[in-house]
Amino acid sequence: MTEPLTTAPREDRDPRLAGLRRLAIVPAYNEAEAIGAVIAELRAFDPELEIVVVDDGSMDGTARRAAEAGVEVVRLPFNLGIGGAMQTGYQYARDHGFDLAIQVDGDGQHDAREITMLIEPILDGEADMTVGTRFAGGRRYRPPFARRIGIQLFARVVSLIVRQRVTDTTSGFRAVNRRGIALFAADYPHDYPEVETTVLVHRHKLRMVEVPVAMRTRSAGTSSITFFQSIYYMIKVSLALFVGLFRRNSTLEER
Amino acid sequence: MTVRVSVFAAIAALILLAVIFELIRSRRLQERYAILWLITGGVILVLAVWRSALGSLSHTVGIAYPPSALFVLASLFILIVLLHYSTVISKLADQNRILAQRLALLESSARGDSRGDGET
Repeated sequence: MTEPLTTAPREDRDPRLAGLRRLAIVPAYNEAEAIGAVIAELRAFDPELEIVVVDDGSMDGTARRAAEAGVEVVRLPFNLGIGGAMQTGYQYARDHGFDLAIQVDGDGQHDAREITMLIEPILDGEADMTVGTRFAGGRRYRPPFARRIGIQLFARVVSLIVRQRVTDTTSGFRAVNRRGIALFAADYPHDYPEVETTVLVHRHKLRMVEVPVAMRTRSAGTSSITFFQSIYYMIKVSLALFVGLFRRNSTLEER
Repeated sequence: MTVRVSVFAAIAALILLAVIFELIRSRRLQERYAILWLITGGVILVLAVWRSALGSLSHTVGIAYPPSALFVLASLFILIVLLHYSTVISKLADQNRILAQRLALLESSARGDSRGDGET
């Protein structure tokens, strides 16, 4: 490793990655069709990346497929929802002493090659959490009208709360360092956690940076949100954001 | 209908909403289980203040005394909340059973491992 620290990252031999234990947390609920490809892609991207699949009570053999692919599988005894599943992954990362944790959806919509860009601000020590955004930078993503309105609305509100421009509050493509792992292992919203975690990170004085990434459309299965769920989503997240304004900052000790 | 009834109902609704808010804020009540309560408090508050709406509502369903309609409606919402909680308890009981079974099986296999008799 003779490269100076300031060079652009090379996917496989970035000196900053040396000795850094990194974990991909893959939450999966009924993703038996897609999970194998997701794991293969992560492996191809970075053979040193350890992978844990959190099976959120699937009934279609997701856990078996993941275990066949040779990765660590944490099987929840019943469906906890994405919040409970993600937090389980962060607790695994904390208990096993990982330095870096990357959230990658089990449905294949996140491109493993984008991880290079995603973790860049963390490796530079500029961020404790990075969020892959579909709206900033040159790459544009146009979701259906209603969903776009919802995403923009929350982006505006969250930007005001955290006093920093946020464009994509619903993205589940994220990376955190040790501080982020410790925070999320201890405290994570129960359902539809993405919007609230952005605020949570701010309240604990962790630094968040958005990174423009490209995302694919789902490779298998259907979107997990129905009409009534999206109504509940709007109400629940709005309520949580509103009440959160009246909570005192920082409930977790500084580490 | 006397103004006094409306004022009483409005104050009761406001207290209910304030208590719910504080319970969420102090993390003793999850948002998921607060939403039905908030709707209940909101509906009572709106109808207590908006007396003409309550009047036409009670006329429509044939209740002669509008404040009665308010309390009928409140009872209805409480009934919905209770029914919702019954489903929640059922789910919790189910998950509790699964956890107990998993734990018992795990303990049994852990004992087997410590005896070293090769059970898996």
